[in-house]
Amino acid sequence: MPLFRPVAFFLVLLLAAGSAAVHAQAPDDGQWTMAAKDWGNTRFSGLAQITASNVSQLALVANHPTGLKGGHEAAPIIADNTMFVVMPYPNTVFALDLTQPTLPLKWRFEPSPQASAQGIACCDVVNRGGAYADGRFFFNTLDNQTIALDAKTGKELWRTKLGEIKLGESMTMAPLVVKGKVLVGNAGGELGVRGWLTALDAATGRIAWRAYATGPDKDVLIGANFKPYYASDRGTDLGVRSWPPDAWKIGGGTSWGFVSYDPVLDLIYYGTANPGPWNPEQRPGDNKWTSGIFARRPDTGEAVWYYQLTPHDLHDYDGINENVLFDAPWQGQVRKLLAHPDRNGYVYLIDRTTGQVLSAEPYVHTTTSSGVDLQTGRLRFNPAKEPHAGVTVRSVCPGSPGGKDWQPSAYSPRTRLLYIPHQNLCQDQTAYEVSYIAGTPYVGADLKMYAGPGGNRGVFTAWDPIDARKVWEVDENFPVWSGALVTAGDVVFYGTMDGWFKALDAKTGQLLWKYKTSSGVIGQPVSYRGPDGRQYIAVLAGVGGWAGAIVSSNLDPRDGTAGAGFVNAMRDLKAATQAGGALYVFALPQGAAK
Amino acid sequence: VRSLAFALAILLASAAAFAQDALRVCADPDNLPYSHENGSGFENRIAKLVADDLKLPLQYAWLPDRRGFVRKTMGAGLCDVIIGVPAGFERVTTTIPYYRSAYVIVERADSRVTPASYDDPALKKMRVGVQLVGNDLAATPPGHALAHAGVIEHTVGFPLAGDEPSGARMIRALAHGELDAAALWGPQAGWYAMHASVPLRWRMLPVPDGLPGQRFEFSIAMGVKRGDAALRDKLNEVLRGRASDIDMILAEYGVPRLPLEAQP
Repeated sequence: MPLFRPVAFFLVLLLAAGSAAVHAQAPDDGQWTMAAKDWGNTRFSGLAQITASNVSQLALVANHPTGLKGGHEAAPIIADNTMFVVMPYPNTVFALDLTQPTLPLKWRFEPSPQASAQGIACCDVVNRGGAYADGRFFFNTLDNQTIALDAKTGKELWRTKLGEIKLGESMTMAPLVVKGKVLVGNAGGELGVRGWLTALDAATGRIAWRAYATGPDKDVLIGANFKPYYASDRGTDLGVRSWPPDAWKIGGGTSWGFVSYDPVLDLIYYGTANPGPWNPEQRPGDNKWTSGIFARRPDTGEAVWYYQLTPHDLHDYDGINENVLFDAPWQGQVRKLLAHPDRNGYVYLIDRTTGQVLSAEPYVHTTTSSGVDLQTGRLRFNPAKEPHAGVTVRSVCPGSPGGKDWQPSAYSPRTRLLYIPHQNLCQDQTAYEVSYIAGTPYVGADLKMYAGPGGNRGVFTAWDPIDARKVWEVDENFPVWSGALVTAGDVVFYGTMDGWFKALDAKTGQLLWKYKTSSGVIGQPVSYRGPDGRQYIAVLAGVGGWAGAIVSSNLDPRDGTAGAGFVNAMRDLKAATQAGGALYVFALPQGAAK
Repeated sequence: VRSLAFALAILLASAAAFAQDALRVCADPDNLPYSHENGSGFENRIAKLVADDLKLPLQYAWLPDRRGFVRKTMGAGLCDVIIGVPAGFERVTTTIPYYRSAYVIVERADSRVTPASYDDPALKKMRVGVQLVGNDLAATPPGHALAHAGVIEHTVGFPLAGDEPSGARMIRALAHGELDAAALWGPQAGWYAMHASVPLRWRMLPVPDGLPGQRFEFSIAMGVKRGDAALRDKLNEVLRGRASDIDMILAEYGVPRLPLEAQP
């Protein structure tokens, strides 16, 4: 029996995740063991008690304040009749008992990260959640530790330190567990950090491999089997040669987004962040392997393909946004696909076997580029919007947070739509202001963000990835900074920064239900089946993050350039909501689902 | 009656601002020559001088001077004055400036190649260290000047974050022969050159053309919370009265100083 159970469990996981990515029609196990629900990053729940016709009856069943004011971006993780929630710094983990109606605390764990980590985090001290696998709960701390806990008791099994706060590194992403390996990445590219993705042995915490995003091929784990689709991504040691000498050593390309996995192709997919910390004029070249997507073998980390979304990034367009995996007919043939809504303003549809871009169409107003050349894969930059020292550039769209930032989209195999929470922001690099960091004076760009065309700062878009077109959209006053969730009941959920948690008809976008939370919602909603057999929807409220730092960090609304220019676009958020995290759980009243 | 109450409120507010029981200084615990938690920086010395003049005990709120420093110290109510900020710095109310310095090039004293400007072709062959700000596509003024002149190939970047101040790392690289020159803000250049293991010298290069919006010289003032005119005025009084004593402290730390512009 003890021998049999882990194998069976592994099989179940493999089947569940594999089928979600490939067929997506297998019965849902009712759990939510990783931030994106499944290895394919679909955020699709197969549960269908809650439907478009009864969701209006959805009612609050539990509400637990967290007592913390930082932005709450984590997805609650559900496994073994337990809900695991990771807090923003100080990264406390709560385990709640789902078998009791009030969700009482089973255990809590305090990782006690170093306080100085708070000074490093670029955009609020967020954490995007943990991962459950094989009786263990894995999560990252802001001060660069990956920690494994016994999911039953909360007892620490191991912790591994992976980076250095003093060098500007931090960790905010949610791990992904694949084939007994915990995949984690770092953040902090603006500060001179060299980006990496690291695989840890899930049982011991030992580092199995680390793949850097810059430097010689041996550091990037590029070998004989590396076959990028486009010529511009081919060549020896491009991670060195596409930079001025030695600039790659501090070149950024961190991995702070979500990782996905295709068990059939046996490939993991993740994006790399923008190059840093040099001003673009000081780092001529493509700056490989920043702002792109890697496909790698989970066992060894070996790179199989790479595609650079934004060569020589000028606008802080990280490539870290999620890669959503699904199979669908493309021009008459079923293809293994990857959809990636990028910061640079385009939704990419990519053949995930080869890395070929099948289509790339803008989902937001875009002035910084004029499309993607599908022959060469190159983004066509608009030279008029290039930033130069001392030159005023207006209407840079999308602005630095991109068409979409970290907030993950969801894909329904039923509607075959990608549901994208995002922003509609442009920016001006107008005046220049004097800064003085670490006793070093300089004149920086004065970025001021503001709403793009239409005046709404946020949009929730339903996108047809095959036809590469918008099917419907809902405008929101504030940037939609929460994740999306879509269910087999054809209901799609997301939250707004002024604290409305909403349910829409996944087919039409019609608003079916909304609930006002105590603080703005920037978390990742999830759905699960409780021990009582009912379908639940859970989400963390607690405004913050880069967009919401004006509230969570109490920034001065008069200083438009605070929060790296975001405050200018968010002056009214303070009046619309308040800081403070809380867990919200919703369900239909007993019997309503029948 | 209403305007009277308003006037009274203002009076009370300013009275509260005057009635300080300590000079609370926001400072980096490890950023020489400016400040150190052991009190050995020139800003520590100037803070002590000001506190003594105001007959207030000196207190510190320590935080690394990185993004969010003003917000997390003064903004969080932990302290009332930052000893060094550029004059006119938008995030605070600034006093009159008490010194002015410039970016300089530091070289070994025995260096035979002495570039005369940031676009001197000799620089293209030299390993030049520059600080990397890495924020909002920014760079230090010499970083912009060198990039503008195409001096990129052998330029070496030093991020501000690290085990010790970037100036210390750059000067060590220079002393060890890993760099041929380092472009540094005056106070860091002067202090580290003074304490380097090999003889170094610094020189101010002429301000290059064709770099709109870039400045190589900055006047440095003290910063108080926005709108705290009462404390600013008291500090201004001390800065005027003790200008020569402050200048002596700066001289002791080797800070390259330029004449301050006439004060209005």
